Amino acid sequence: MSSSTTKSEFWRGVRSGAPFTLVVAPFAMLFGVLATEAGLQLTETMVFSILVIAGAAQFTALQLMQENVPTVLVLVSALAVNLRMAMYSASLTPHLGAAPLWQRAVIAYFTVDQSYACSVARYEAAPDLTVPQKVAFFFGSVAPVCPLWYVFTYVGAVVGETIPDSFALDFALPITFLAMITPMLRTAAHVVAALTAIVIALLCTGLPYNLGLIVAGTAGMMAGARTELWQMRRAPQ
Amino acid sequence: MTDAAQIDTTQLWVVIVGLGLGSFGLRFVFTGLIGDRTIPEWLLRHLRYTAVAVLPALVAPLVLWPAATGGTPDLARGAAACATVLAGLLLRNVLASIIAGAGTLWIVLWLTGGGGL
Repeated sequence: MSSSTTKSEFWRGVRSGAPFTLVVAPFAMLFGVLATEAGLQLTETMVFSILVIAGAAQFTALQLMQENVPTVLVLVSALAVNLRMAMYSASLTPHLGAAPLWQRAVIAYFTVDQSYACSVARYEAAPDLTVPQKVAFFFGSVAPVCPLWYVFTYVGAVVGETIPDSFALDFALPITFLAMITPMLRTAAHVVAALTAIVIALLCTGLPYNLGLIVAGTAGMMAGARTELWQMRRAPQ
Repeated sequence: MTDAAQIDTTQLWVVIVGLGLGSFGLRFVFTGLIGDRTIPEWLLRHLRYTAVAVLPALVAPLVLWPAATGGTPDLARGAAACATVLAGLLLRNVLASIIAGAGTLWIVLWLTGGGGL
């Protein structure tokens, strides 16, 4: 394949990632604001966003640290939120597994909700793309999204201190998570997983060290997997 | 969040570095290490539901017993949560859903004299 088609795949990726800037910019800014409110220095906030580059896990860790949860459990809970990245990684492997190792390492770092969603949709629509073209598309979809994550974390951290209490920013995290989860509830199994996790989480709030989150998350995953199996067996072949 | 406990600097850096390495590990585990080998179906089936299980479990107690009101259920925050989910179900759009939730929160807070814009 010529380099010009690889280049056109990159730009196709840029166009498919572009709409997500509307979501990523406010979300990153919110992290900057909440991190500053929680007492983090500008450097700490920026390193956090650059090293971890995963909104939901960053918010989870920030919330739990403020509740004085032990470090190990902060890490386990935040990584549990990020387990879906392993799923994305698994799903990208058949398409990108043949790329050079250094490219796969960079791809791994930039595997986020948006780049995954764009790329898998493209690979399924155009299975004949070469590996370099698929890699080019992936980086194209990352280009408009990830730099904004850093920039708007900075903006949020800088303006954060000027935001008054009456804005009720304490509730920004629940609203953002609920808004992220609801469109993910595509099947009955997803709904069962979410409802099970909610009920168990509410019943387990008494558990020490926020262990309720891990118990409820595991129970929700098992309930979702069970429901999926049950539906597959009932579905007419 | 103003009355939240101060985060310990050591804990913060351990969490930042640990979460950075751990997140990279999760993203690299299949793309980088598994290569062309297949992943067991049962594992994939559980991984599919991690986000929709863990995130609601995290949010549910924060909605019912908000820290800002000292753990007492709050009309504005409950209404905002409902509006967010409802907008998400109807519009399937993250940004629209956030706007619906934040708008509801501020309107109800303002109506009940608890703050707002």
